Amino acid sequence: MLKKIEAIIREDKLADVKDALREIGIVGLNVFEIRGHGRQGGITLVGRSGSYQVDMLTKIQINIILSEHNLEETIKTILDAACTGETGDGLIFVYPVEEAIRIRTRERGHEAVMYPGDIDEKKHRSKS
Amino acid sequence: MEGALNSGDTAWLLVCCSLVLLMTPALALFYGGMVRRKNLLSTLTLSYIFMALAGVQWVLYGYSLAFGADIGGLIGGLNFLGFNGVGALPNPDYGKTIPQGLFAAFQMMFAVITPALITGAFVERVRFKSFLIFSLIWMTLVYDPLAHWVWGKGGWLGALGTLDFAGGTVVHIAAGYSALAFALVIGPRKGFGKIPMEPHNIPLTVLGAGLLWVGWFGFNAGSALAANGVAVNALLTTNTSAATAGLVWMVLGWLDGRPSTLGIATGMVVGLAAVTPASGFVSPMASMVIGAVAAVICYYAIRFRQNRNLDESMDVWACHGMASSWGMIATGLFATVELNSAGANGLFFGNPKQLGIQFLAVIVTMVFTFVVTYVIAKVLDMSIGLRVTTMEEEVGLDISAHGERAYS
Repeated sequence: MLKKIEAIIREDKLADVKDALREIGIVGLNVFEIRGHGRQGGITLVGRSGSYQVDMLTKIQINIILSEHNLEETIKTILDAACTGETGDGLIFVYPVEEAIRIRTRERGHEAVMYPGDIDEKKHRSKS
Repeated sequence: MEGALNSGDTAWLLVCCSLVLLMTPALALFYGGMVRRKNLLSTLTLSYIFMALAGVQWVLYGYSLAFGADIGGLIGGLNFLGFNGVGALPNPDYGKTIPQGLFAAFQMMFAVITPALITGAFVERVRFKSFLIFSLIWMTLVYDPLAHWVWGKGGWLGALGTLDFAGGTVVHIAAGYSALAFALVIGPRKGFGKIPMEPHNIPLTVLGAGLLWVGWFGFNAGSALAANGVAVNALLTTNTSAATAGLVWMVLGWLDGRPSTLGIATGMVVGLAAVTPASGFVSPMASMVIGAVAAVICYYAIRFRQNRNLDESMDVWACHGMASSWGMIATGLFATVELNSAGANGLFFGNPKQLGIQFLAVIVTMVFTFVVTYVIAKVLDMSIGLRVTTMEEEVGLDISAHGERAYS
């Protein structure tokens, strides 16, 4: 079973999250620069005289397609790396994925999202 | 020898003329950084166009209306139409030691930047054609007469003894109150108060403020019309007021959260506007008080304007209008003939009457510029319309009015 993680994180946390994911063997991901706001509703900036509200903030959205058995470990890694404890840390959404097909090899499903040196290979190596 | 050219004075005024010219592009950048990116070119053009528009109007008839032979203290005659007779010889009324052509060119730069200052009131929504017509009428009915009243030989405010060294009334109060009137007529930008309208490029604004400061040395120190001690004093007071106002603004911003870059740059410009009428008449220590008080007045004038939900977009009224109103009053307090024998003493030097004259000049300028601008704007709004369509405003004036974009 394949899953999709859609993590919306702080702009400034992208490097930390990417490094942490690479560490556990999440090799393939897509990153989007998005704009929006959550429950916090935006931030306050300082202008000429006093402050004003800005509601559209730049955030980073990371998309990862992975096998279900790697889901919790990956989520924990993102949570640890992206958290500052302040409002605006973001959200993680998880979706089921119908199918994944690698165009070059036409592999499907789990095979399509496997890479050399990825999370499964690392687990396999540490077991043996 | 009376009436002889002085090459030192002439050289200095040639430099000052260029410095004041620089202030209009500087102002364009100052405003340009504070609008949204879709209106940058439009905002730049609103200022730049005056180097062309006022540059022609002034030669054709503007200079003559302001500085031609006096008619009843109200307006200049037509004897200098087309710069007729304005050339290499000095005019004893306007700079005894420099060619009149240079005086006229120096004054032209003031006529260029003053209407450019007003454009801060209506950026991001004004219809370009209506704006051009408004500007030509405004220069003719507001700027030229007012310049005559204060600076023209025989002008009634000048004859009363009004002290305005470099344009507190003629330039800054006029621009500020005209901006207020225009903003009331044209109304707020679409979405004003509901969606945030962030400055799109604060570095442009900071660069503009820096260049304005440089140009202001020409503006104020050049207004001595000679390379002398009064010019040096004006340069010192100009710098001191800008420096003090920048620091005070920084502290005010800090007390409200953070010392913002935009705030510090704004404070500097406010200090420059405030000291303009006083610069050739007061001491550097007095200019420190002028800058400090101006920063406080203008900081809260912006707040006042924001709380009224009035979209006078670049705060021309709150910054230039209010700063120079205070500067004019302060001239009536701190002026001393020890520094400038052509001036007068203020209240603190035993002459309370001067303060009254300064008050009168401020009130007259406010009322005259506000009322006439309001009427011009209202008539144009009801006839040809001042605003672009909602669609054009949403697309942005760079594309809809000029057919180009600032950033590709």
